[in-house]
Amino acid sequence: METLGFLMDGFAVALTPYNLMFALFGAFVGTLIGCLPGLGPANGVAILIPLAFTLGLPPETAMILLTSVYAGAMYGGRISSILLNIPGDEPAMMTCLDGYPMAQKGRAADALAISAIASFAGSLIGTIGLIMLAPVLARFALTFGPAEYFALFLLAFATLGGITGKNPMKTVIAAALGIMISTVGIDISTGTQRYTGGVLELYEGIDFILAIVGLFAISELLFFVEARMGKGRSKVKMGKMTLTFKEVVSTVPTQLRGGLLGFIAGVLPGAGASLGSFISYTLEKSVLGKKGRFGEGDIRGVVAPEAGNNGAASGALVPMLTLGVPGSGTTAVLLAMLISLNITPGPLMFTQNADIVWGVIAALLIGNVLLLILNIPMIGVFVRLLSVPPMYLLPIVTMVAFVGIYSISHSTFDLYFMILFGVGGYLLRKLEIPLVPIILGLLLGPEMEKNLGHALILSDGDWTTLWSSPLSIGLWLVAGLGLVLPTLVGPILRRRMRNAIKEGPVSD
Amino acid sequence: MFFKTTIAFAAAAAFSMSAMAWEPSGKVECLAPADPGGGWDFTCRSVGKVMQDLDLVSGSVQTVNMAGAGGGVAFAHTVSKRKNDEKLIVAASTATTTRLAQKQFPGMDASMVKWVGALGADYGIIAVSKDSKYENLNQLMDALKENPRSVKFAGGSARGGWDHLKVLIAAKAAGAENLPSIPYLSYNNGGEAMTQVVGGQVDAFTGDVSEATGFMDSGDLRVIAVLSEERLPGKFSHIPTAREQGIDALGPNWRGFYMPKETSAEAQKYWVDAVDTLYASDEWKAVMKSNGLIPFHPKAGEFESFVTNQVQDIETLSREIGLLK
Repeated sequence: METLGFLMDGFAVALTPYNLMFALFGAFVGTLIGCLPGLGPANGVAILIPLAFTLGLPPETAMILLTSVYAGAMYGGRISSILLNIPGDEPAMMTCLDGYPMAQKGRAADALAISAIASFAGSLIGTIGLIMLAPVLARFALTFGPAEYFALFLLAFATLGGITGKNPMKTVIAAALGIMISTVGIDISTGTQRYTGGVLELYEGIDFILAIVGLFAISELLFFVEARMGKGRSKVKMGKMTLTFKEVVSTVPTQLRGGLLGFIAGVLPGAGASLGSFISYTLEKSVLGKKGRFGEGDIRGVVAPEAGNNGAASGALVPMLTLGVPGSGTTAVLLAMLISLNITPGPLMFTQNADIVWGVIAALLIGNVLLLILNIPMIGVFVRLLSVPPMYLLPIVTMVAFVGIYSISHSTFDLYFMILFGVGGYLLRKLEIPLVPIILGLLLGPEMEKNLGHALILSDGDWTTLWSSPLSIGLWLVAGLGLVLPTLVGPILRRRMRNAIKEGPVSD
Repeated sequence: MFFKTTIAFAAAAAFSMSAMAWEPSGKVECLAPADPGGGWDFTCRSVGKVMQDLDLVSGSVQTVNMAGAGGGVAFAHTVSKRKNDEKLIVAASTATTTRLAQKQFPGMDASMVKWVGALGADYGIIAVSKDSKYENLNQLMDALKENPRSVKFAGGSARGGWDHLKVLIAAKAAGAENLPSIPYLSYNNGGEAMTQVVGGQVDAFTGDVSEATGFMDSGDLRVIAVLSEERLPGKFSHIPTAREQGIDALGPNWRGFYMPKETSAEAQKYWVDAVDTLYASDEWKAVMKSNGLIPFHPKAGEFESFVTNQVQDIETLSREIGLLK
């Protein structure tokens, strides 16, 4: 019951008025980010990173803010799925299937309410899973040597495309770009400079916070300018709430199944929230079979994917916190933030930065309650915010990004660099090259290289050390599966996802 | 004649008066060559505060952060753009001398600035996990002498960085040969390196005593030597020095300052004296205590030669291990 004690300490950290205020702010902004179509959780967190630096937040507060944004974005994604039939972010795609039909039947308010409850349940289940699994995994991680870490990073790269990824070649290109960028600067295993061209500012390598804010936030701004400058959307009607208590109770099994499945999908590297919501929807459909009217506005069709993607969001935090290997794009961004706060994720963090780890976990629980409150009585606010013209939002985001990056290092060089990354990110997105693998390459590439070097030093240059322990063999096998499965199963799954969406009565 | 002497006397008096009285007017700048939150930033901010509290400066001390190239950006800035600024001091440490010695600030060396003084240090340690077969430094060094590849070290600096050099300094003092073949695994920080030692993946940890406090208190880590002249004060007093085990190895990671080269002798004297006064004050002793800094303060005038020697030692060592050609 040591864990419970830590969790209590975590609550003590998260419940201070200062941290609570940022959790509330994060939850609100996160929901807003989630419901704006196109602006996903990874971008949302990236946009908020400079704010944390601008305000000079202490590490635990900064992490509480960002995890609240993360959790909020998972809630927010459903709003535009239900009201507009446009998913606010990728994991909310499946929510369109039954959410929009419900809205067409005049039950938009009900769909929003029940999906908020489902999000709450999924997230709660996921967070409880996180609380139980993370400390165990963290202790287990102590037995990881360089060879095992190398296999683990290999696994992370192998599953990078994920089952839902579109074009494996583009994923590889993106990851390679990330790794290339990461080689600039001092190589710690030899102590020599690489690819710096004598520019002193490059000697310490390229700060990945710069890269993240540039790639995600700045490129997002450019997209906004291009696509949506001008008026906001016209207002959407919500209708009255007719949801009964009995109806909520009837979805409880669905919520539990969805949350649990989502959590498992989240823990697996490379799978992420989209898969979580997809499999919980599919499972629900096959479990209930003919009893449900899926695709025509069945309430359980809204509950399952929402419980799934929120459960997955908490699950994805497990490998990130315990092993330093992110389970999804957003957790990769959170990982970068942790590292730049000088906190090394992994077993050590659970002992040396216990206040931060457990503060963040407690904040997730509190954030969920806050989000439930924000998302049921105050849902009207977000619906109205959907129609705020971006011309008011854009300048604020731009200012925060620039001030934040400047306040990290007081260097104008970094600002130019950030803009460079922003333009680069814009071009890459135009070419449909995904950005998340770049970040993963940037973060994990050097770690993988370092561990390979270490493993070889320890074994006096014997390469077989890389697959000499049962643990590393296991990791290699999973990595192999992760590489092969998507090419076999991926197309089938994706076709099913597409078909599922086509089956929806109306599509945009 | 009398008149002339008087004039000369008065002039001399005026001159010495002004020399005595040189003191920075207005705002003073302390350049921290890293992002806020690191060691250099701490040096600037805490020194600035105590200087103001002690009225050593008339105005305020402003900390300016200039990160990049492990201090290289700030060094280049001081050498080229601020070469005669008498109201500027720059935070430095052993990391600065290491990079200077290894020519990692291209085209620059230690003689291009004036070295002001040091205000304390963090000392190097060598530690093993609690289950290790090595009970003291001699056993560990004997194993190294027999086979340099037999003990693997982990530390929080790059290859050739200060943590790596401390191993080599100790091994060299113990009479080990073939220094370059001693395996050294570099990690991003001391904590990561310690985890690997505590987890039993690597044999020994090299780092600073302040980093090891957590694992030392929990009993997971056994510190077998500290690279200081005498035993450290307080809770570290049970750690044997390398010297008392017959291995004459020293590894102070000092914290101090340099200032631009083309400044007047008066300004330099003023800053050296200010650092002396600061170091002797109770306020600074309190700062050192609460931040785990250990006394280290070469006498006025000796710091410059201390730095020169340290740079030379590191340069020789780096050449021996093939890091410098």
